[in-house]
Formats: sequence, structure tokens, C-alpha cells
Amino acid sequence: MCLSDMRRGEWARVTAIPDADLRVQLLRFGIADGCRVCCQAKLPFGPLVLRYGGQEIAVGRQLARAIQVEGEGSRA
Amino acid sequence: MNHGACAPILEEAAGRRKIVLVGNPNVGKSVFFGAWSGMYVEVSNFPGTTVEVHRGRVGEDALFDTPGVYGVGSFNDEERVARDVILGADVVVNIVDATHLERDLFLTLQVIDMGLPTVVALNFCDEAEAAGIVVDAARLSEELGVPVIPAAAVKGRGLREAYEALERAVPGRAHPEVEAQVLRLLDRVDSRPEALLVLEGDAVVAQRHGVAPLGERERVYLLRRQRVNDLVERVVVRPEGSARVRDVLGRLCLEPLTGVPILFLVLWGCYELIGVWIAGEVVGLTEETLLQGYYEPWIREVVGRWVPEATVLGQILVGEFGVLTMTVTYLLGLLLPLVMGFYTALSLLEDSGYLPRLATLLDRLMNSLGLNGRAVIPVILGFGCVQLGTITTRILGSQRERTIATTILNFVIPCSAQLGVIVGMLAAVGARYTAVYALVIFACLVAVGTVLHRVIPGKSTPLLIDLPPMRWPRPGNVARKIFVRTFFFMKEAYVWFVVGALGVSLLQVSGGLGAWQRALAPLTEGWLKLPREAATAFVMGMVRRDFGAAGLTDLSLSPWQTVVSLVTITLFVPCIASLMILFKERGVREAATIWLGACALAFGVGGLVAQAVL
Repeated sequence: MCLSDMRRGEWARVTAIPDADLRVQLLRFGIADGCRVCCQAKLPFGPLVLRYGGQEIAVGRQLARAIQVEGEGSRA
Repeated sequence: MNHGACAPILEEAAGRRKIVLVGNPNVGKSVFFGAWSGMYVEVSNFPGTTVEVHRGRVGEDALFDTPGVYGVGSFNDEERVARDVILGADVVVNIVDATHLERDLFLTLQVIDMGLPTVVALNFCDEAEAAGIVVDAARLSEELGVPVIPAAAVKGRGLREAYEALERAVPGRAHPEVEAQVLRLLDRVDSRPEALLVLEGDAVVAQRHGVAPLGERERVYLLRRQRVNDLVERVVVRPEGSARVRDVLGRLCLEPLTGVPILFLVLWGCYELIGVWIAGEVVGLTEETLLQGYYEPWIREVVGRWVPEATVLGQILVGEFGVLTMTVTYLLGLLLPLVMGFYTALSLLEDSGYLPRLATLLDRLMNSLGLNGRAVIPVILGFGCVQLGTITTRILGSQRERTIATTILNFVIPCSAQLGVIVGMLAAVGARYTAVYALVIFACLVAVGTVLHRVIPGKSTPLLIDLPPMRWPRPGNVARKIFVRTFFFMKEAYVWFVVGALGVSLLQVSGGLGAWQRALAPLTEGWLKLPREAATAFVMGMVRRDFGAAGLTDLSLSPWQTVVSLVTITLFVPCIASLMILFKERGVREAATIWLGACALAFGVGGLVAQAVL
């Protein structure tokens, strides 16, 4: 599934980020393949807010559709 | 060494040791800069960009504050500027947020891979403590190979220690594999920091050295990311997460159900501060009482001794639009308090961490206008003053977005001065007419945004922003920001303002103003179906927007005529000061297009409404 399919409070592991520029930008924020993220908030038709470590980032919906993740359910 | 574009700014500091502050956004660099440099600050727009670099002096050394970046590279203007300043550094002070080391250490390791003598200031140690996060600074220092100084800069902790540690700054322990590759490049690229950037595929730096950039960026980044994660594992102990008040508040700002009411509360607060208190009471005191009451009669008297006011020169100096009368009054009595008010609101919003959340909340809405959530900041500021909104479009990622945002600002956003008069006139005619006015303006906003989105090539950049924790703004830091920004804004704006006022003044003494009023009359009477005198309001509206709106209150208008005239005056071009900023920011061609477009839209839409209802 992709990042935008995540529900609030759900955890997932990032499996693929297709675009090289995006990959590099996310690497700087601390997100890479294999990284576990939690969907902190999801705005209707809008961005997703991810939480991981002590960090929060907002990802526009278009970008979220491009990022592949593997769901882990809502356990902490 | 070839510093490329950074030469002019760095060369002024020739002979001094160059200390460069580097860090992610919102890590407190400016607090270090302020504390070390005292009040001696120079802000220069970096050559070829609109990004500001702060330069100060500490002891015998030159101190530079770079824009907040997540890495050294060429992703945007901020990064290119930070990169060039860092490349010229003798010592780098890397400020990191102790509560966000996973993110911040990435930049730290990049600086260390560059081989520059470095000191790491571990800021927000107080906040980390409060959140139960334990960072082993000694261990981190050992791992990085550079001094690591715990600090809580806003409380004054660690500032002196970090400064003293500059003497112990050394190049840290670079990633062995990355270092080996960098060293191999040194036969072709003469400096180690630049060699790293060439390895990371930085095309600009590679070109300066006449070599081809290498495509190792992602590999190097991955190695670096792994090392950051290892480091964090070893030096940070984080408690099992429990939601804290500010995390909850941060979330409430994001969720539409609570975020939208919070937004209205914030807007109302800004309106009370800027629209009611400053634009009303403060400006009443500074503009009317002080400058018009005491200063203007005095300067007229002084100048009148040498040059009679009735002469052409007298009119230009101390007449209705005089350089020594109107210009001075507007600059000091009106613009200065307003600008300070805006920067107060902006600095508070910035330092609290609210703005990125607002941008996230409104991202979807702004997408439909070809913008992303960040554009909401200049648009909101535009409601206060179009001029400031236009300047703030600098925060947007691409030229395309800056053009769209600037156009929207100059076309459909009324400024606070005008808004006051508009609200007053609409209140007098009732809710039905108010609704029509609001609907027309909103339709124009959507139409302008949509058309530009379609017409200008490219697409909106997607939102990807870091949400800093919500924090109470620190009065000292906010005050410093207000002072520095206001000072440099006024320094930039006054020339344009004087030139504009002089232009109108010349137009008036040469009779051009009257001629234009007469030329405009057929349009006013025939097409807009307004009284002939309304033409004066449009001309005056250019000098100052609220003048234009205020001019309308003197006319006897039917309710529909009120709506037509208000629609026209809202869409009409902004005041001269804003126009000057528009030309300065967007260049002559684009600015002229926006200007003419706004005129056409104002009379076009105003006329259509008139034809429909009158």
C-alpha cells in the first residue's frame, strides 16, 4: 500500500520511495527505506503528518501517494 | 580557494577569522548570533537571491548566521546561500536541537565530512530534560571527534562555553569510506569541503572546478543516515512516549475541526493587534497627532522661509504630496508602526511553531490555486499590508509560486487600512450587499489563482515540511527579530516610497493628476455607473489605498453603487509603496503585467457588476 492509505494512529514501514530527489530529501529528514513511521494526523484530501523518533513532518497528499509502505497495524 | 558567488559578502570580512553558524531551521541559531554579536548586525541580501545573511562581529572575528537548512547542497536558494557561506568558513558552529538529534545530526555529519573545524552546540537541553530525554554529550563528542557543548541558549546557558570552545574546534571524525573517496578527489578539486560536494553530485560546485559532478549523493546520504541512527542509538535515551500538552496543542492546530477555529482565533488576534490597535490608536497618535499635528506645520514653516509653498519647488517639498511632508509622515507615522506590528505578529507566529502547522492545514486549499500550504503566510500578511505580503513571498520554493502569490496579493487582497473603510461602508448597506461583495471578491481570487495555475508552466511543488515543536516565543528573541527586520525593511522601502511620492507630486504640479481624473470620468460614469467624482477616489487610491476607499465615503452612493465602487477599489492596483516593492521584487516586465492586469480586472469586474445590478 502507499503512505496515503495509512489511517491515523497506524504504524508502517517504508518500503519504496520512487523519486531520487525525494529519496534524498527524505533521507535528510530521517526517513529511508525500512524506517518505521506513525501516521499522526491525516487531513481530508490534504497532507499526512508522520511521526517517527521525536520528529513530525507533513507530507503533501501527492507525495504520500508515491511512497510505498508496509502496514503494521496500530500497535505502538 | 574559489568561493564563487559568496565572494562579495565574505570578502568584507577579509583578514578576520570567519565563524559560521549552521543548523536546521528553528534550532536557535539567531539566539547565539544575537548573544555573540550584540547589536552589531548587518543584513545583506545574498547576491543573486533574496535570501538574507546576517553578519556581525565577535571580538576580532566575523560572525555569519546562515539560513536554516537540513543539509548542504543546492535544493533551494537557502541551501545555495548557506553552502557558499559554509565553504568560506574558518570555524563552523553547528547548532543542534537536543530533542531532534535524528534529524539534526545529518547536517552535523555532513559538515564533519567536509573536514571543517567544528564545534557542536547541543541546544534546548532544558527542553530535552523536561521531556525526559537524556543525551550523553561526552559520548557524542567522542564519537564525532569535535567539542559538544550542552546549551539552553534562550536561558543564556552554554553561550559562553560554546564561544570558548571555538579555540578547541577541530575537524571531526569523517565517515571513513566517504573520506577515502573525498581524498581521492583532491587532485582535481583543491579544497576538501568542495570535494565532498562534488562527490555528492553538486553541479554548481563541480562546475566551478571544471570537473563533472559524481553521482554518489544517495550512497553517501545513506551511509550518513545509518551513522546518525547508530549515533542516536548510542547517545540518546528517550522515554516511552507520553503525549505532552504542547504535542496535543500541535495536533489540535492541524485537525480541521479544531484547527480552523484556532486559525480564526489567531487571525482575530492579528486583526486586533494590527488592524485595531496599531492601525487605529498607535497610528492615530504617530501620524495625526505627532507628524501632521506638530512636524508638518513646523517643516512647512522652516521651508516656507526660503521657498514659498505655492511655487512648484515648494509643492514638491512641502505640498500635499511633498517629499518632506506626506512622504515623511507616511514613512514614520504610518508605515513604521504598521511594519513593526506585522513583524511582531509574524515573529510570534514563527517562534511558536504555528506557521508550519497552518501551512499543513491549508495545503489542500492552496493546491487548487497552484500553490502549496506555505503560500498562506504571505497571503495572510497581505491582508495587513500588501507590501509586506509581497516581500514574504520570498519564502516560497519556486519562481512560479512567487508569481502566483504576488499576483493574488496585488489583485484581490485588500490591505488593513482599506479593509477598515470597506467594512465600515458595507456595515452601513447591510448583509445582502456585503454577501455580494464578498462573493465577487472570492470568485476573483479563485479565478485568478486557477487561471495562473493553468497558464504558467510547471506545477506546484508538493508540501514536505518539518513541524517543529510548539514553543512559547521568547520575548528577547522576538524583540530582536522585530528590530532587525523593521530596520532593514524601512531601509529598503524608503527609497522606493520617496521616488513614488515624488512622481505623484510632479504629476500634480504639472496638472497631470487633474487630466487623468478627467480622462477616467467616462469610464466611471458610463461603465461603472458611478458619480463622476468617484474617479478621484481611484487616483487617490493609488497614492494610498485607504484614501481611495475613504474618498468614496464622501460621495452619496446607492447601496449597489457602494458594492460596485468597493469591488473596483479592492481589485484596483495597490498603493504606490506596494507597487514600488512589486517592481523591485518581480522585475519590470512581470510587475507591469500584474499592474495592468489588476487595472483591467478592477474596471472589468466592477463594470460587469454595475451592468448586472444597476
